[in-house]
Amino acid sequence: MFVLVSTLAHAVEIQSWIAPQGARVLLVETHANPILDVRVDFDAGSRRDPPGKEGLAAMVAGLLDSGTGQLDEEAIQQQLANSAAQLNGFAELETAGVRMRSLSRSDLQERVTGLATLLLTQPTFATAVLNRERQRAIESLLQKQEDAGASADITLQQRMYGDHPYARPAFTAVKSLQAIQREDLLQFWQQHYRAAGAVVSIVGDIKRQDAEKLVNVMLRNLPQSTLPLPDIAQVPPQSVAQLHLARPGSQTHIAMGMPVLRRDDPDYYPLLVGNYILGGGGFDSRLMQELRVRRGLTYGVRSHFTPLQQAGPFVISLATRNAEAGLALQTTREVLGHYIKEGPTEAELKQAKANIIGGFPLRYDSNSKLLPYLAVIGQYHLPLSYLQDYPHAVAQVSVAQIRDAWQRRIDPQQMQIVTAGATP
Amino acid sequence: MVMKAKSGLMLAMLLLLTGVVMAAPQEAILPNGMKVVVERDARSPVVVSQLWYRVGSVDEVNGHTGLSHLLEHMMFKGTASVADGEYSRRIAQAGGKENAFTSRDYTVYFAQLSADKLPLLLELEADRMANLQIDEAAFLRELEVVKEERRLRTDDQAGGLLQEALYANAFVANPVRYPVIGWMDDLVQARAEDLRQWYRQWYVPNNVTLVIVGDVDPAQVFDQVKHYFAGLPARTLPVRKPQREPLQQGIKRVELSAPSQFNYLSMAWHAPGLKPGADRQAYAYALLEALLSGDAAARLPSQMERGRALAHEAAADYNMLGRGEALFVITATQPRGRQPAELEVAICQQLRDIVEHGVNEQELARARLRLDADEIYQRDSLFAQAMRIGTLESVGFSWRDADRIRQQMQQVTAEQVRQAAASLQDTQLTVVTLLGKGGAVPVAGQLKGDGFVR
Repeated sequence: MFVLVSTLAHAVEIQSWIAPQGARVLLVETHANPILDVRVDFDAGSRRDPPGKEGLAAMVAGLLDSGTGQLDEEAIQQQLANSAAQLNGFAELETAGVRMRSLSRSDLQERVTGLATLLLTQPTFATAVLNRERQRAIESLLQKQEDAGASADITLQQRMYGDHPYARPAFTAVKSLQAIQREDLLQFWQQHYRAAGAVVSIVGDIKRQDAEKLVNVMLRNLPQSTLPLPDIAQVPPQSVAQLHLARPGSQTHIAMGMPVLRRDDPDYYPLLVGNYILGGGGFDSRLMQELRVRRGLTYGVRSHFTPLQQAGPFVISLATRNAEAGLALQTTREVLGHYIKEGPTEAELKQAKANIIGGFPLRYDSNSKLLPYLAVIGQYHLPLSYLQDYPHAVAQVSVAQIRDAWQRRIDPQQMQIVTAGATP
Repeated sequence: MVMKAKSGLMLAMLLLLTGVVMAAPQEAILPNGMKVVVERDARSPVVVSQLWYRVGSVDEVNGHTGLSHLLEHMMFKGTASVADGEYSRRIAQAGGKENAFTSRDYTVYFAQLSADKLPLLLELEADRMANLQIDEAAFLRELEVVKEERRLRTDDQAGGLLQEALYANAFVANPVRYPVIGWMDDLVQARAEDLRQWYRQWYVPNNVTLVIVGDVDPAQVFDQVKHYFAGLPARTLPVRKPQREPLQQGIKRVELSAPSQFNYLSMAWHAPGLKPGADRQAYAYALLEALLSGDAAARLPSQMERGRALAHEAAADYNMLGRGEALFVITATQPRGRQPAELEVAICQQLRDIVEHGVNEQELARARLRLDADEIYQRDSLFAQAMRIGTLESVGFSWRDADRIRQQMQQVTAEQVRQAAASLQDTQLTVVTLLGKGGAVPVAGQLKGDGFVR
């Protein structure tokens, strides 16, 4: 097994340093294609939303391009288009910031970097733009609530996390969106968009020296807040229930899950490799075989873990015609229960390892695929050899470890269940 | 505008750098008519393979819609020597990812895997090109899966319903009117024997382009392809008739309703597509699309989504590459409580503004720069490079035409864009309105695109 892994470990040379402003920088130089991708992550994700103002973090990130001291939003979009570049704010659960893609030609790259700097350091959060975008966010949310799949996901997240900051990613409540004012945006930006603790990820046609310059320009004038951010609490247990959302339409969407996986979890690899066999490995997985291939119950079913700083969710989701919702849910529970009880077979584990290890280079075979890996390595302080280490860690997982980890960590009785569709 | 002068040069200058690990494609045609295009790109030790069969819903007839897509599903169900599901298992075992998709024009089987595993894939693809077995029981189970797919993507999605109604009503004769996934009742009535016949008719080497992009030696790939595919016999393909659309004589209006709080609107005009040997009219529509919604600074996002906030989303969609006939489409969704007529008026105003005042050189220069830039951005993805080659090959062009097409698009003038806008007349228009009537139906999802992944 060791030989197999070592021949496939596609070396990615990550350079890393701490910028003068205190940000961690990760750089992969690749000069074959004249493009540059940059992503700046701050501890400013939805988990930092103040209670009652859920959606604030996403609104701040989304409105970074609402105007700066010198430019209004239309001027910003025109300058970007004149440089054939993409630049926008993003907000995830744990981090938020900006993503930029530019051609690497120096005049274009410098112009876009200058714009990114303005967005990060001089956002005006113009009231007129806020009012419009708040309304658009509410409309989007109402649209999502009409979607059986999306509303099941949102509700499941709330059921799993209760009052924990992981409960409400982005725009999930009309009332809290209505509460967001311009002062909230400014204050959130001042407190969270700071260089210390930020992570800058860079992939593309740029030399180390120029990358250092770029980072220094981008981060130089960020807010100087030293206000300590509270630790993210452990996820408290929630009461378990099954919930049904009545929706018209021909299918019932089923989502079930529980908080499980931390980034630094000792069971990380047994749970992840084990999940390939349960429902992560497409047609190799038991859920896909039992529900789609054998019974024709669904177009697709999958299970997945989202590792976070605190326990991130383990979720199984699928959709089936209304009449078969009961059978699909029952089958899913039986497959899960049986898997936890018996664990995988040696043959299943062998197949899982072959795919995960053999296919690992595919996960970062382009600049845009590699960029988020750098962000994760920086954000969670993973070793720079993470991409090389991963296949080796997978190779060492045993059937006994998977069975043991799943039995300890996944209790089917603790899974929240949400269904959305015709009322049975 | 400075940009204009620079943009043409830039591409040539920038691509000089890439010669070492990225090379121009090479092609070969086997004696049985199968075409192979290989592009070496050695940035990562992986390869993308896409096998393009030139068959899709435009080849189907009423009562048998959805056959191409159904067959795509059955292609994973085994041959005389490879058991049901074994194709996927072997590719997964080799560390690969595989799937397939069907569109109006083509059915594509693709895989991404470590470059040294390519022969395994070629062997499996050659086997299922000739030896597919369609088992009755497996077919009936898979039929249920496809019905679920239709419910998921179309029946329960406002965007899907809108798109389906648009094409079914804008055309009366041209087969682009059929949904790729097929009408539900045609799925219910489909038989395994229909698929066997569809397979025999269309799955022949002379109806195929194989595209390989990645860390491979083209000469070696040609040898491997010959080894696995050269023995498969060519067969005469059915005659494909143009089925030209009769000239539309007036505006068509279709109103649907759905239990939603939101209204959706699509306006579509018949427009010429890009056909081999035909004139260059299509390029002007492509530029018009870019000026309307090609980027965040374009007219529809700037004026309709932001400026007057009349639309929640508004986008133009013109696909000039297709074997069937083309539409120039503008689709928009609306904030709650507004009348769709308002949206329609605003869209018409956008076009009238271009007809009356023309487009300015600055926005045109921006669109031209974007054309060159997208060409470079696209090279980040092996899959996107293969897609471009395969698409051109499957709709009557050669991959060699890509540069020429881009250059000709660069030459479109402001006046030609204005004329394209002026040609979008009411007599050629179909308006589909999906009216939200209270309630709540799933409405999220994309408003564009016509492909269906397996």
